[in-house]
Parts: sequence; C-alpha cells; structure tokens
Amino acid sequence: MINSQRSFFFNVDWVTVFIFLCLCTIGWFNIHAAVFDERYPSIIDAHTNYGKQFTFIVVSIVVGGIILLLESRFITALAPAFYIITLLLLAIVLVVGRNVGGNQAWINMGGGFKLQPSEFAKFATCLLLARYLSGPNIRVAEPKAFAIAVAIIGVPMFLIMLQPDMGSTLVFLSLVFVLYREGLSPYFLIIGALFIALFVTSILFPPLAVIGVIVAITLAVVGLFRRNKKVVYTMLTGLAICVVFVFSVKFIYNSVLKPHQKVRIDIILGIKSDLRGKGYNLNQSKIAIGSGKMWGKGYLKGTQTKYSFVPEQSTDFIFCTVGEEWGFAGSLTVLGLYLFLVLRLIFIAERQRSPFSRIYAYGVASVIFFHVMINIGMTIGLVPVIGIPLPFISYGGSSLLSFTILLFVLLKLDSNRMGIV
Amino acid sequence: MNSFFERRYVIAGIFIAIVVVLLARLFYIQIVDPKYAIYAGKNVLRQTIIYPARGPILDRNGKVLVQNEPFYDIMVTPREVKPFDTVEFCKLLGIDKDGFNKRWVKAWKNGPTHESIFEKQLTAQTYASVSERLSEFPGFSAITRYLRNYPDSVAAQFLGYIGEVQPNVIASSGGYYHSGDFIGITGVEKSYENVLRGQRGVSNQMVDSRGRLKGKFANGLYDTAAVPGQRLTSSLDITIQKLGEKLMQNKVGSIVAIEPSTGEILAYVSSPTYNPNLMVGRERGNNSAKMYADVYNPLFVRPVQAKYPPGSSFKPLSALIALQEGIITPQTTYYCPGYFQAGNRRVKCNNGEAHGLVNLSSAVAESCNGYFSMVFQKIIEHNGIKQTEATYTDWRNNVKKFGLGSRLDLDVPGESRGNVPTPLYYDNQYRKGGWRASTILSLAIGQGELLATPLQMANLECTIANHGYYYKPHLVKAIGTKNVIKEEYKLRNYVGIDSGYFEPVINGMQAVVERGTGIRSKIPGIIMCGKTGTAQNHGGEAHSVFVAFAPRENPKIAIAVVVENSGEGAHWAAPIASFIVEQYLRGSISPRESGITVDYFANANRLPDSALYYNRFKRKVSPKDTAKQKADTMKKPIKGLKGASRQNKKDSSTRLLAVLPKRKHDK
Repeated sequence: MINSQRSFFFNVDWVTVFIFLCLCTIGWFNIHAAVFDERYPSIIDAHTNYGKQFTFIVVSIVVGGIILLLESRFITALAPAFYIITLLLLAIVLVVGRNVGGNQAWINMGGGFKLQPSEFAKFATCLLLARYLSGPNIRVAEPKAFAIAVAIIGVPMFLIMLQPDMGSTLVFLSLVFVLYREGLSPYFLIIGALFIALFVTSILFPPLAVIGVIVAITLAVVGLFRRNKKVVYTMLTGLAICVVFVFSVKFIYNSVLKPHQKVRIDIILGIKSDLRGKGYNLNQSKIAIGSGKMWGKGYLKGTQTKYSFVPEQSTDFIFCTVGEEWGFAGSLTVLGLYLFLVLRLIFIAERQRSPFSRIYAYGVASVIFFHVMINIGMTIGLVPVIGIPLPFISYGGSSLLSFTILLFVLLKLDSNRMGIV
Repeated sequence: MNSFFERRYVIAGIFIAIVVVLLARLFYIQIVDPKYAIYAGKNVLRQTIIYPARGPILDRNGKVLVQNEPFYDIMVTPREVKPFDTVEFCKLLGIDKDGFNKRWVKAWKNGPTHESIFEKQLTAQTYASVSERLSEFPGFSAITRYLRNYPDSVAAQFLGYIGEVQPNVIASSGGYYHSGDFIGITGVEKSYENVLRGQRGVSNQMVDSRGRLKGKFANGLYDTAAVPGQRLTSSLDITIQKLGEKLMQNKVGSIVAIEPSTGEILAYVSSPTYNPNLMVGRERGNNSAKMYADVYNPLFVRPVQAKYPPGSSFKPLSALIALQEGIITPQTTYYCPGYFQAGNRRVKCNNGEAHGLVNLSSAVAESCNGYFSMVFQKIIEHNGIKQTEATYTDWRNNVKKFGLGSRLDLDVPGESRGNVPTPLYYDNQYRKGGWRASTILSLAIGQGELLATPLQMANLECTIANHGYYYKPHLVKAIGTKNVIKEEYKLRNYVGIDSGYFEPVINGMQAVVERGTGIRSKIPGIIMCGKTGTAQNHGGEAHSVFVAFAPRENPKIAIAVVVENSGEGAHWAAPIASFIVEQYLRGSISPRESGITVDYFANANRLPDSALYYNRFKRKVSPKDTAKQKADTMKKPIKGLKGASRQNKKDSSTRLLAVLPKRKHDK
C-alpha cells in the first residue's frame, strides 16, 4: 500500500504541475495589479479579489492533491454520474440562477461563493466523451457513434446556450479536435475552417461577389479534374451548399445573432468603430497591451490597469495587465507557457495505454487551448469579444477550480498510465 | 495508440500556428505600432494650467490703482458627497433649501464624478467662515480665482481692461494662450500684457477612467510653478487724477499732465470716463455694449486719440520757431488794429479787439492773432513767394520736432498722430505753387488743418518748461520690484531751439496768467506760465484749451486741458488746469482772488448737445450721413477743423497721400 502510494506521486507529471503553478502565480500577481486597492495593499488580504484568488489557489492545490489520491477507476466509473449531475445543474441554473452581466450562469452557494456549472460541464463532457469513445468497437467515423458523440457534446452546449453564455458554448466546439484525433474525417476541420472564412467574407463583401469567386474556383477545379466524376459531383454539391450558406449568412447575421454579438463582429472586422461605446473595451484593451512595449511598465505600474480604463480586467481581460505591465516579454512568456502546456498534454495523451486517458487528455488540451486562443485573441482584436476566462490566470474560483479538476484528473490518469483502466 | 497516431502532429501544428499568429499580432501592437503607448499617455494624463496672479498696477506713490481680488468658488463632486447637515451648509453659504436643490441637481447633471461649480464668487469675508468648516463636508472644495478690482475706480482709459482672448490671438501666440484665458485688451493691460500676465505653471496629474484625479504624474517631475505677474508702478498721481476726473465730469475733453524733468505722465484724464469695475466679470459684455452706445463714447481715449486744433496755445511754438530762424527778435513789434491783413484775407483778433502796439511777450499775453499772423507770414515768405513750399517745409519740420504730427510712442496703445499738413496736402487742395502764406495763415494761430492730441500739447509745454527738450512721455515708471526704468525714457529729445529764446516767450506765458487772458486761473503764490486757446471747429462751439507749466523756476508740472465745445480757454480749461497744478504742487487748493472753486467746475455741465455730438462723433455713420459729410468737406476744404470728429473718407485718403513724401524725405 505504502509502495503504491509512493508510486502514484512518483508517476505524477511534475512538468505539468510546475506549469500549472506558474500560471496560477502569474494570474495571482496580475490580479493583484489589476484590482490593486491602496487600502489593502497586501496580496493576501482577504478583503480583496487578489486575497480571494490566493484562497482559490490554495483550495485548488488541495483539491488537485486529493484527486491524485483518488482511485482512477473511481473517476472512470463516475463519468456518467458527473455528466448527469452537471446537466441537472445546468438545468437548475436556468431556473434559479443569478443573472450576472446578462448571463444566467451562477448558482449562489452562500458565504459569498457562487458556482458556475458551465465551468464544470467542460470537465464532465470530456470525461463522458472519453468514456464513450473508448468503448469497444466504437469508431467515430461511423454515423451512429458520431451522432452519439455529437449528442454528448451538444446537450450541455445547448443548455449553456440557453443561459445564454456564448463563450462557454463555443468552447465545446474545440472538442472537434478530440473527434478528429479519434478518426473523424479531416474534411470536418477543413470544411469548418472554410465556413468560418466564408462567413467572414460574406459579411465583408456583397454576396454576389463572394459567390462569383466561389463559382470561379469551383469551375477551375472541375475543369482540372473533369475526368474524375467523384470530384466533379463533390465540387458541385459543395458549390450548392456554399451558395445557400452565403445567402443565409446575412439572415443568420441579422436574425440569429444578438445585436451586441453583431456589433462585436462588426468591430473586429473593422466595419464599425465605436471607441466610446461598444468598441470601448477592445480599444482600451489594445491600448493597454500595446503600451507595454517590449518590457512593460512594471509591476503595479500599468496606468491603463491601475486606473480602470479596461473593464473586466481581472477576469476576461486579465491579459491586458500582463501585456501592459510585463510587455511583449510577458506576453511571450505566458503564451509560451500555454503552448508548452498543451503540447505537453498532447505528449501525455499519446503515451497513454488506455484510450480513455488519451481521449480525455485531448479533451483537456483542446478546451484549454481554445480558451487561450479566444481569450487572448479577443484582447488584441483578432477575435470578437467573447467572455471566457484565461485558464489558471483569470480571477474566479469556479473557473480555477474547474480547470484544476480538469487538469489533475488527467494527471491522476497519467500517473496510473501503466495500469489498465 | 491507434491508427490515427500521426494526427497528433496535425493538432500540435494547428496549436503552434495559432500561437504564432497571436504572437505576431502581439509583436505588432506592442513593439511595431507606437500609437498605443501614445493613447495610453493621453488616457491617463491630465494637464492643468495653474494661473498666476496678474500683476497689480500702482500709482507713482504706491497707491493701488488695480489689484487682484480673490474670489472663492465652492466646487462639488456629487459622487464624493457623504450625507451631511444641509441646513447648516445652506446657512454657511447663505442660500436657501431651494437654492441648494437647484445647484445640486445642476451639478449632478453636469456629471456625478465631475467637479462642478456649486456657488460662484464668494467674497473673502464669506469664505472666511466657510473655509473653517469645509472639511466637514466631503465632496465640497473651494478654489481661488482672481478678478481685477479697482479700489478707487480711476484712470479707466489708462488702465484699460482684460477680457477673454480672441481666436486669432490664440493662433498666433504659439500655444501660450488657450480658449478662455484672459488678456489685456486696451490700455496698460494690453501694452504691458507680457509683464503683467506672469508665467503659467503646469500640473501634470493622472486620472482614472472616470476622470478622477489619482495623484501627480511622475511625482511632479514635469510640473512647473506659476510665476505671478510683475507689479507695474505707473507715473500717475492718483490725487490729481481723481481731481481731474472730478473736474471733468459732465464735460467732454481731456487733461494730460506731465512732469517735465522726467516725462512721467501725472494725470491722464479722459472725459467722460467710466467705472473700470464695470469691465470685470460676467457683466462686462453688457456694460461695454452700453458704453459703445453712449453718445460721448467713454471708451474713446481722448488724451491720445482725440485730435484738436491747438488754437492759440500753439502761439508760443510759432514764436519760438521764428526766434530760432532769426525772423523776429523779442523786440519785434506789430501794431494791431484788431486784425492782420494778408492780401485779401483778414485774420481777426479775438472779439475783434485791437491790441495796439504789441511786442512778442505782450502778443503772447494778449493772444494777439494779428502779431502771430504777421510772424507766420514773415517766416513763410522770407525767401520770397516762390520759395513758399520750401520755407513751409522747413517750418513744418521745426514744428514736428516738438512731437506734433507724429506719435510720441506712448507706452499704451491707440495713439493718434495728430496732423501737421504737408505741402502735398496743399498742392492737392489748391494746385502746385498755388498757395502761399496768406492761404495757410490760420496755421499761425493753431487753426487750419493743424491737429494735436492733448498729450502732444502737454508735451509741448514740457519742452518749453525745459527750455528746449522733452523726455518721452510715459505712463509706467517702473516694472516689477526693481523699479526698472527704460533707457529710452532717460534720453533728452532736443527740439532745435536754443534755450535762450525761451525766456521772452515764457515771460509772455507768465503774463497770460498774471494779467492776460488766463488771469482767472492765477494761483496765489505760484508762478504758472500758460496759454489759453479757443479752438474753433465746425462741430459747434469752440473747444476751450489751456496749456501751462509751473512753477516758472524748476517746473514740476506741465499740463494741457481741453474742454470740448465750451468756448474760450480762459473760461473753462484754464481754471481746471490751475486747480490741478495747485493740488499737485501744494497738496491743497487755496481760495482764489477770482472766487472760482473746484465745486463750481466739478458741478458745471458742459456736455455738448448730444444730437449734435452724435452726428459728428459716432463711428458708424449711416450712408445718408456719410454722403452729407462728404458734401460738406467738398464745399469748404481747408477749414477742416475736425476736433474729435471722425475723419471722413476723403480726409483719410489725403492723409495717406501726405505720408508718402514724408517718408521719402526721412530717408
């Protein structure tokens, strides 16, 4: 027993733990800078959000430790239960949830703490998806398996969309990487990327011009491969779908999207500029990051940060503080750590014997990476403003705890990689 | 592991590619594009200008003419206000509950986090009680502002006024002035603006996203302190200035008194005047509009802007030039039959009085027109009639040496040149060579086209008092605490008359006051030398003119007084001058033999008929009026004795022409 205990901790991937601790510390210090209160200068003062974040970090580390002590089988076995509980919470939050900033995403737990079920939904979904896909004779490429996998992802996604929390909803799309790794046709990725491109171009340019270009490309390809009937039919079908899509973009854009979402897209595409109103966040965020130059203004010296020019700066816009006070060097460090983390996770995934662990690991990597991409992309104006936290760095107990659980469950599985789950 | 093993490279590749894109973008906005750093600076930095107190202006004895009176504005930032005893607060400010609510709502509308004015311009007395307790009311604060204040309300035209700076001035000031700044607009406030305004300070502070102050930028490294404006000591003597303004009330005209030994102007009276305190604060616009509408135009600076024919007061100068040129001697006599006949032209003496045999001194004393016409004709014709133009030019140059016909370069703006007609002017009026001494004879007695400002007249007296030179007249004798006197004011300006020639003329001038035309203004125990003038003009009754200096030995004051449309110089201008001279020399006014009193003159109303005055004075003439005036000028071109009248178009154009040959001559 003592032996096996030792071997558990011995097998833990300390590199990942180290990156985790680095990111938590970076987050804590940047939250300190972002919401610095002269009355409570101490970084562990419980009156303040940085003091609270310290508590969250300690709690998360404890929770992470506990997870490492759990039995792996326990986790696998409880995957469906976690999933169902999460779905219930997501349903409950729609009824009794506290509305924060237009999203009905929070359940008040008393004692000043609030729970955000959507954060845990990511974990539960990854877990159940891994459980399902690792089952015998399940192949994603087959329609039935594919449909079930999509359903596992889709149900919580739909419930979150009802809150409506667009950011967390979109996070679930990142699980397409998991499906791809498990055998989903690469066309899904390519076609997905194509549709995003088509969506953007259709907003920017008149539909007829876009269709004209698509038709030209199709005709060129058809001309080249005219002997290959299959290619010709595929291209023509694709053309038809594209034409329908292009015409429906305006409709989706105008009717399905909410006005504030539309404006955010317009701003990112440079169609609109409203620096005092809807574009204020993004503009101030870019000013904060851009003014950091190479080495930044120094810890607690960011004027944009200190004087609250950037809203939401301890949560969704925490990267502004990094960019402003630590400059490009700081941005590079943080992005480097994230890239290293996700690559490490892929490395961990691939060394697993059990498909369950591997699939779950890919889920974790995809979710974390998607968060990073959207969050940082949003603060520098590459992605429309979508409110999702930066993993381990943004202020917030639910977010930190859920990412910790997500990560440490993987570490637990990994530490047990020699065993059969 | 399964068959899709290689796909991990694709996924890793996508992740890496996206991170590279993010990094590229970060590199661009953080390092390549400098605009964000600039914007961040603009966001956070708020520069506030610290206004220096404007320099005060004192009289020659250190009495305050204009000072800065502190006012206190109570400011409020509604968001920062904590619950407080409103009743107590209202009592403190002296406002009622309704007034409080009104101000509160206004401040709130102005922006809850904005500092707005709650109560304006508390006086120092009210503020004293407020300031003690202001700290009990968080969110309220006081700021000090300064307004110009004139304790004695004198010398308005000298001091001028300040007002908000005009856009064109802002544009050409090289960034010194900002919209809403104050700048001297007229008078000393304008000409000494650079000295009075001081130097502004800048305070660099940081603000947060809501504009709340967050402390000094870079610990005040780039802050500069405001340097208060320098003090000006004017040459005016507030006592005689006040006396002059009192004597001139209900009259139109001017008094200029100068200390001959320095050129310092002692009195600078322009009548009607106004209370300079009216040109301060928010009512300035309304008040100045009223003044513009005033028929007698109190904003017109008569000591330097009004031009009058000097009339007989010019005679001493005529005599001096003739003596210097050797045309006459003090013993030269003339038998006055009551007129002087030149060709078919006859210049009458005043009231047609026959003075009989007169010499130089008695001619001055009796103001004999005949004598001076004779002298003038002699001067102009001493080289023969053909040389009229040349001799006239010599004569004109001699006159100009006394400072007539050109600006004396006074240290306040708006000075007029006056006029000594050029030969070209007469060529145009008649034809070349078509005029001679008899044609322009009225110049001999200070009439004709000859025009002088009261300042020029007073300066002329300085020159006589000094026996041949004058110091540039000036109104500011010292700048700052160091009593710096400009070098140019220490220079003697010689007029080209040997000092020996002055005695006979001065004898005559003494006689004017002792037994001549100015006898009513004789001051017991003080020998004053003067000359009356009755300046005819076609705007109504003649202007009453008197010029003088006193005492005869070691003169301390030279003075010129003009009372418009009041008839003989002896009746109005001379007594007024005598009171000022006595007040200045003696410090009090003694009873006069003639029985005249200050109160009589102060109370006398000599305002010209307003309708008449309006017609010849107002600046904006209706087209009909212009046409009429033009017709008038065409009819009688040489008797243009304009006085303070508006120069019409024809006149100004000829004057322009007249300037051209003069300039050539100067070179």
